[in-house]
Formats: sequence, structure tokens, C-alpha cells
Amino acid sequence: MSARASLLLRLLVPVVGWLACVAPAAAQLANPEGIQIGLSTEHVEITAGFSGADLTIFGSLENPDPEVARQGRYDVIVVLEGPARRIVVRRKDRVMGIWINLRSEEFENVPFSYSVATTRPFQDITEPVSYRQLSLGAGNIYLQPADMTGNPVTIAEFTKALRERKVAAGLYSENVGGVRFLSQNLFRATVRLAPDAPVGTHKARAFLFKNGVFVKESSAQLEIRKAGFEQAVFRLAHNHGLFYGALSVALAMGVGWLGSIVFRKD
Amino acid sequence: MGIYLPIAEISVNVFVLLAMGAAVGFLSGLFGVGGGFLITPLLIFYNIPPAIAVATGANQVIGSSFSGAMSHMKRGTLDFKLGFMLLAGGIVGSTAGVYVFSLLRSLGQLDLFISILYVVLLGSVGGLMLVESLNTLRVSRGGTPKPLKKSGQHNWIHRLPLKMRFRTSKLFVSVIPVLAIGAIIGFLSSIMGVGGGFIMVPALIYLLRVPTNVVVGTSLFQIIFTSAYTTLVHASTNFTVDIVLAMLLMIGGVAGAQYGVKAGQKLRGEQLRALLALLVLAVAARLAVDLFIRPNNLYSLSIPGMG
Repeated sequence: MSARASLLLRLLVPVVGWLACVAPAAAQLANPEGIQIGLSTEHVEITAGFSGADLTIFGSLENPDPEVARQGRYDVIVVLEGPARRIVVRRKDRVMGIWINLRSEEFENVPFSYSVATTRPFQDITEPVSYRQLSLGAGNIYLQPADMTGNPVTIAEFTKALRERKVAAGLYSENVGGVRFLSQNLFRATVRLAPDAPVGTHKARAFLFKNGVFVKESSAQLEIRKAGFEQAVFRLAHNHGLFYGALSVALAMGVGWLGSIVFRKD
Repeated sequence: MGIYLPIAEISVNVFVLLAMGAAVGFLSGLFGVGGGFLITPLLIFYNIPPAIAVATGANQVIGSSFSGAMSHMKRGTLDFKLGFMLLAGGIVGSTAGVYVFSLLRSLGQLDLFISILYVVLLGSVGGLMLVESLNTLRVSRGGTPKPLKKSGQHNWIHRLPLKMRFRTSKLFVSVIPVLAIGAIIGFLSSIMGVGGGFIMVPALIYLLRVPTNVVVGTSLFQIIFTSAYTTLVHASTNFTVDIVLAMLLMIGGVAGAQYGVKAGQKLRGEQLRALLALLVLAVAARLAVDLFIRPNNLYSLSIPGMG
């Protein structure tokens, strides 16, 4: 909880200041609607006790039509997307009684994690077609197979399995009602950062819909990294593997030696 | 209390790992084995990725073998020459093992291969030990002592060329089987994350006729280096050694081992071997069940080049 509270504070303070400057300027211009989101912190650090976090993102509508706003016909969907990776999906089949990984399908640029927050249930915001066009929502993001010439039935099967595994692992999640309007043009979104959220550059994106029609998108970046000790260990292991290995061996010998001294049988 | 493992990249419970280390340490003290064959499957049951469980298991084995080898060195029951020859073979086997490990991982068959190796090896070693110890128990109950093997007895292994003298072991034997045993243990160590004591000890006793009192010390000595080498190679090629995980296991293990040794002194040799055999068979059975039962999820995800 404390991690969440401090994260919220860090995000909130500069955003409020920033809004104070933006709001009057927006009122003067009669341009079409726009959307902005702000992240005050550019990085979140994962420490030894990290067990996931709720990330709060603040944003505002620019030039909202007061009439539409009053009727509640503006909708916002906020996405926090993890770094893209190549992913292999394998399927186990039975061979001579033993379950073996037999078939596999490789996908490119699969977001490692994908957390969505919306103002209302998906079906109330816009049509399924526009979700697919925008590649928006855990069930709609486009997953690109590495081998485009494969059998479409197989690809569909593995795509479905990939989504299901990601959802089951808590890496793809949807938070309906996670976006709240605080005033006519200020909103707050809560997206979930899974306990095993990957380190790297995450992208926060906000989509604005007006009367069920997509209007505009805005994005910001967030760096997730390991902090302190974990970071040092991870870096050492990957950049100086041999030295790290030698250190592990030395530590193990040290523990063994200490053990034989501390518990010496007389 | 949760702790984030920097290499495995998951949060785990500290006390579960300490308890796991202590339980395995207790058993390894009780039976005089390294415990790698228990730690790696336990970690896999606890959802640690198999690649990390294996590499970290090898690291953990160093700790327990090191303290064991030290006490054997003081008692003079360690044949350094034999140990170094086994080690020479071990390094070749271990290098091959790490290569096969990476290859299998890229093919997505690593978990299967590890499980099958465990089932086959633990199943056969456990089965043989159980039969042998039950026979001994029955014979000793009948009152007729089993005839001791004569140390002068020779088999085909003793007719191989390139003979070498090992003074501490009072042996004059070809280096070929010594190197081969070392290589096999090294290969298994890098693929299974075990020290290999449960194979090395019978191989040295029954194949090479090394005196039993020298076997354990020499085997532990060789295991330290094979596991150290395995740890180094896994750390530098596969990045799968989790130092935090290994430390937690070793702290629990060192403490548990002391109580295991004390408990072991109250039991007779063949009773101990029968119990160990049952334990080994239980682990094998648990792993075998996973191979044959339909998994909850047919699909699994992995990142190419990673666990």
C-alpha cells in the first residue's frame, strides 16, 4: 500500500501544476477535442518486496464539448503496455503416453504485459470493429505471427492460447470502471502493474471516444527497472557472467566452510 | 515474507525456501548425499523455471560438498590424484552438458529431458538401492553374514590399457574408466543440477573397487569442482544462476545438515539406505506422474533464447 500511495503522490503533484497552465489556454481555442496524459515519474523501481502495484495516471480532455460531457458521452480507455518481445507458444501433445511439446508458433512484438482501464464496459463504448482497428483491449491486440504463411487455423488457435496464458498469468488485465472523470475535463485511470511486470520501457496510451467514435490518442513512456540490490545483481549477472559465476561459487564455498566451522563436531 | 529473486524475476516466500533448504540439508546430512537431486525437483514444483532451478541447484551443491570434503581431507580419506582425473573427465562432460542444455532449451524440450533423466536415473538408482538394502536387512536378520568382496578381484575394467597408480586408494587401474565416469557425472551435473554423488559413489565402489572410506571424500572433492565449473558455465552462457535463491537454500541447508548427521548416527547403515531408496523412488514417481498426466494447460509461453 505504501508503494502505491507514494507512487500516486509523485504522479499527482506535478500534473496538477501542469493542468493549471494548460486549462486556460485550452478554453481560449475552439479546436476539436484532444486528450493529454501526464506521468510525473519517468520510472518505477522494483525492489525486493515488489508484489505488483496499482499505477495511477492522470489526464485531461482538451476543448471538451460541455453538452457531450454533461451527457457522459465521452469515454476514455487507458492502456499500459509492456515492452514487446518475441514469444514462442508451444502445445503439448501425447506421444507414447508422455506429454511432449510438439507444435509451436512464434509471434513477434508481443507486449509482455498489457493492462487496460476503461470508463465503462467495452461493449458500451464503441463497436467491436473499432477495437480491432485500434488493436485495443487484451482480446483485440494484434499478435503478429513470425511466419505469416502458416495455416490460418493453427495461427488462430495459438493466438487464442497466447492471450489466455497471458490473462491467466495476470499479465494481460482489464479494469472496467478504472477510469474516472474527476471533473468535466480531468480524469484519473488506475492500471495494474503485475508482480512479474518486465523491466524495460512501458508505454501508457489514452484513447478518447466521443459518442462511440474514436477521436484521439495520446501517449507517455514509463521506465520500469529493478532498484538497488536487485538491479546490481541482474546487471552483474548479464554483463559480467563469468565474474558473477565465480562470485556465486566463492559464496557457496564460504557458506560451506562457515557451516563446517560453526557446527563442528568435537 | 516475500523476496524478489533478481534472476528468476519472481517473488517467492523466504521461509518456504529456507525450510526447503533445511529439509534437504537434513536429508543430505542423514544420508550423506549432496541433495541436488532433491533440491532441483523441489524448486521446479515451487514454480521456479527449470533452467534456473538446475543452474542454481548446481551452485547450492558446492556449499554442502565443500564442508563435507573439508572434513574428509582432515581425516586423510580423500584421493587427490583420483579426484583430479575424475575432474578432467568431468570438465569435458560438463561443457557438453551445458551445450546440450542450451540446445534443448531453444527446442523447447529442456523440461521434458530433465524430467525423463530424473525419472530414469532416480528410478533405477533408487530401485537398485532398495533391493540391495532389503537383501542386507533380510540376511542380517537371518544371522548369516554376507561374504565380503575380495579387494583382489578383477573385472574387465581392470584389463584396459593406460594404467595409473592411485596410492591413497591402493589402486592400479586404467584412466579410461576414470575419465569416463567423470565425464558422465559432469554431463549429468550440468543438465540435472545435481552433484552426481548418488551415481559416483556406486560407480567408484563397484566398477573401480575404490575402498569405501575413500569414496565419499573423493566424490565430494570432485563434485565441488564439477558443480563450480557447471555454475560458471551456466552463469556465463545461460544467465540462469540466481545467487539470492542459492544463498537462501544454502543457509537452510547448512543448518539442516547438522541435525541430519545427528539423526543418522542413530540408524543402521542398511536402514538408512532403504529409507534413502524410498525417498529417491518417491521423487522419481512424482516426476513420472507429471509426464503421464494430462497437463492443466497444453500451451506454454517462452521467450526464444530464455527460459
